Amino acid sequence: MKARIKVTLKNGVLDPQGKAIEGALGSLGFSGVASVRQGKLFEVELDETDPAKAKAALEEMSKKLLANTVIENYAVELDEK
Amino acid sequence: MSMKSGVVVFPGSNRERDMLYALENITGAKPQAIWHADTELPDLDLVVLCGGFSYGDYLRTGAIAARGHIMPAIAKAADRGVRILGICNGFQILCEAGLLPGVLMRNAGLKFVCKEVKLEVANAKTDFTRKYAQGQVWRCPVAHGDGNYFTDPETLKRLEGEGRVGLRYADGTNPNGSLNDIAGILNERGNVFGMMPHPENMIEPMNGATDGRALFESVLEAVA
Repeated sequence: MKARIKVTLKNGVLDPQGKAIEGALGSLGFSGVASVRQGKLFEVELDETDPAKAKAALEEMSKKLLANTVIENYAVELDEK
Repeated sequence: MSMKSGVVVFPGSNRERDMLYALENITGAKPQAIWHADTELPDLDLVVLCGGFSYGDYLRTGAIAARGHIMPAIAKAADRGVRILGICNGFQILCEAGLLPGVLMRNAGLKFVCKEVKLEVANAKTDFTRKYAQGQVWRCPVAHGDGNYFTDPETLKRLEGEGRVGLRYADGTNPNGSLNDIAGILNERGNVFGMMPHPENMIEPMNGATDGRALFESVLEAVA
């Protein structure tokens, strides 16, 4: 089973990298970019076939390692096919 | 007066030699190097997590090392009251491991900074700062890309209110944008301290100053 975990900075946490990218877009001539926030995307393949169990495992992985919940949120998405 | 100390070495640590040298120079006793894959700590008065780029800073600085084999033993030692000192990457690891609150984010200026800063002793009553005077300003080098201390407003209020900010960047030398100019913080019990600057590189006249010695002498006095 395949899954994606999206890790994003919480609101209010300063993102200097996002700001730099925002500035670079502006200098490339892309006008009207109100803001850019940078995050991470993890693509995970699991042996688990039960969606509920897979989801629970991915939540644990996110909390314990993939996201630092002081500054980041995470969202787990399962590819159910 | 003697102190049993050890320095934890992770893949990618690079300041362990400086730290081992400084500890021996100041305490007069030979410190031990502790390998990250060990699961038990020797009997020590001070455990140091040194600077470097453990695991290449993959995922987040200190994130992988913080889940390493040796870390449960370090958490247990912290529970027993053993002094734990995290310098630079060591501070990042202690935050990622939950032994200190908050997180060290990318420097606000996005650049790696390698220079000398000034540190103000914000609390001279800690086991890591007692040989300095309250408010004393001293010179210390920094070398990091992720030293921008961040935490939620409630935690920040607690840290400030409980005297757990031990060191602050002084005289406008904050090199990374860290909240309230925080350079070093303590855990609740006061036996775990993390700081971004490198006092181990300011201990002999050939370093330009010896301002960092008092930090280690503080621990030496505290454990005596």
